[in-house]
Amino acid sequence: MSIIVYTENWDGKFKKLSFELSSYAAKLAEMLNEETIAISIGRVEAEELKKLASYGIKKIITVTDDRLQTFDSRTYTKVISDICAKESAQVIIMANNNSGKSLAPRLSVRLKAAICSAAHELPESISPFVIRKRVFSGGALARTELKTDIKLITLTQNSFDLCESPVDVVIEAFTPEPEGASPAITIKEQEKQTGKVLLADAEIVISGGRGMKTPDNWGPLEELAELLDGATACSRPVSDEGWRPHEEHTGQTGKIIAPNVYFAIGISGATQHLAGISSSKYIVAINNDKDAPIFEAAQYGIVGDAAKILPQLVEAVKESKAS
Amino acid sequence: MNILVCISNVPDTTTKVKFADDNKKLDIAGIQWVINPWDELSLTRALELKDVASSEVAKVSVAHVGPATSEPTIRKALAIGADDAYRVNTEATDAMQVAAELAEVVKSGSFDIILCGIESSDYNGANVGGMLAEFLDYTSVSGISALNVSGGEINVTREIDGGKEQLVVKAPFVGIVQKGIAKEPRIAAMRGIMLARKKPIQVSEPKQAESATALLGFEAPPPRAACKFIDADNPKQLISLLQNEAKVI
Ligand SMILES: Cc1cc2nc3c(=O)[nH]c(=O)nc-3n(C[C@H](O)[C@H](O)[C@H](O)COP(=O)(O)OP(=O)(O)OC[C@H]3O[C@@H](n4cnc5c(N)ncnc54)[C@H](O)[C@@H]3O)c2cc1C
Repeated sequence: MSIIVYTENWDGKFKKLSFELSSYAAKLAEMLNEETIAISIGRVEAEELKKLASYGIKKIITVTDDRLQTFDSRTYTKVISDICAKESAQVIIMANNNSGKSLAPRLSVRLKAAICSAAHELPESISPFVIRKRVFSGGALARTELKTDIKLITLTQNSFDLCESPVDVVIEAFTPEPEGASPAITIKEQEKQTGKVLLADAEIVISGGRGMKTPDNWGPLEELAELLDGATACSRPVSDEGWRPHEEHTGQTGKIIAPNVYFAIGISGATQHLAGISSSKYIVAINNDKDAPIFEAAQYGIVGDAAKILPQLVEAVKESKAS
Repeated sequence: MNILVCISNVPDTTTKVKFADDNKKLDIAGIQWVINPWDELSLTRALELKDVASSEVAKVSVAHVGPATSEPTIRKALAIGADDAYRVNTEATDAMQVAAELAEVVKSGSFDIILCGIESSDYNGANVGGMLAEFLDYTSVSGISALNVSGGEINVTREIDGGKEQLVVKAPFVGIVQKGIAKEPRIAAMRGIMLARKKPIQVSEPKQAESATALLGFEAPPPRAACKFIDADNPKQLISLLQNEAKVI
């Protein structure tokens, strides 16, 4: 029996979430007294693969089949479930991102595995297997029992601390069986974000709302994000107005993120906005209305004009970097 | 081409949720029920595709798994413009059950595109669409932010982790929809509300799929520390607190 981690890489380098998932799996492996195995799809050099061993992964199964260059949830599900069957998976752990959301539900049906999605912590008990998850967009936690023999957990990114526990690792290649059917999807165009910190992966997020007044005021906000190695985000009306791209919209109907710190600048803090960001470790609010609900969610706040405060924050970060 | 939009009935997104029955159940007193926001956007897009001149979309249907008390939400979808509706008469306890019942609806009809929202705003599972596709052995495309049909070809844009892809998808497939698919949800007009009264809702009994999970109870989220205010004349102090106290930058 084993605990399987579905890792992800970006141009051959593991995403940080892969190490988070591995750390989580290693802890769970202690609770269940089992081995951890990672799946890596795509070309990743041995040197990079071995990084997983620092987080307690004892075996890595690599799949480098060219047919998996197109992300088709059906083909991926087949490959992953074949590996899970071969390795007698007991728990499968994936990220709660686009890939995880495409694959986990399919795997859950295929493997008859109960699923806890968007988990942020280890199970409170393993027999019965009970785990808490956020529901009602952060308004409550639900204690849920996973009743099946095989279990699936998708973990919220940036919610579980990295934990080094170096072990020896073996690397094994897996060759998937040829698929009979021709692929049902064809990629016509791909746009990859480069050189920017991705919002879902970011530990620091600087977000602007309608209180930023006009799209021309985003200069210092972007500068602050860049200085801090953070990502930029926005509230829904801002993306609806076309001031910022849709991918930046956070909240109930946008991205749900959990960075270490979220700066809400000129954002009122509507429930639907908070739904996407309330798992952030710290929330910083800058708003000229001292009664804005965002201050109830924030740990640090400044009551004042964003247009005046932002440039000063940029200066402060520059100064602290210089010293 | 026929489109089926799967809709979930959820508490209005501003609801302050409360629990009853020793924190084992949602307290439904006073809750306003609405169509799950993403499902509403999917329905809007499906109708936009149907409404264009020489449209290739013949019919837009909605499907819901739930008891008779959720019919007002189904009527709302019909008032917005769906042609007909399916309801599986059961109070499902998890996503696996909902998906298994929806699969029966899909098999009973003839649908080319099946749309589900990326998650429902109550349990935030993000599971039904993918599970449904697997029950049907259809392809699924998740994170769809644009959908177009022309010349018999289905084009979608999907968000991947760190970018976007333009795809051509073969029907039948399950599309799992996020924001961007439509700008604003369509609102029912008076005429739509009148017409909706006469539109058919086909009710079927469940096949009694098993649930894989059990909800043991709800808890309040842990309280957060109160806000520490920093003088607007000294924003530098914020940076130093984030560096030295919170240690996050
Ligand atoms: C079904 C549904 C889903 C929704 N989903 C989302 C979602 O996912 N994400 C989301 O963000 N919203 C969502 N909304 C919208 C949400 O209800 C709010 O309308 C929205 O979050 C408000 O955005 P805002 O805070 O930028 O703007 P506003 O509410 O207009 O707030 C602007 C804030 O800026 C402050 N301000 C003004 N001038 C300045 C200044 N010079 N300096 C500093 N502060 C200033 C004001 O005091 C105010 O607090 C949803 C709504 C519905 C009905």
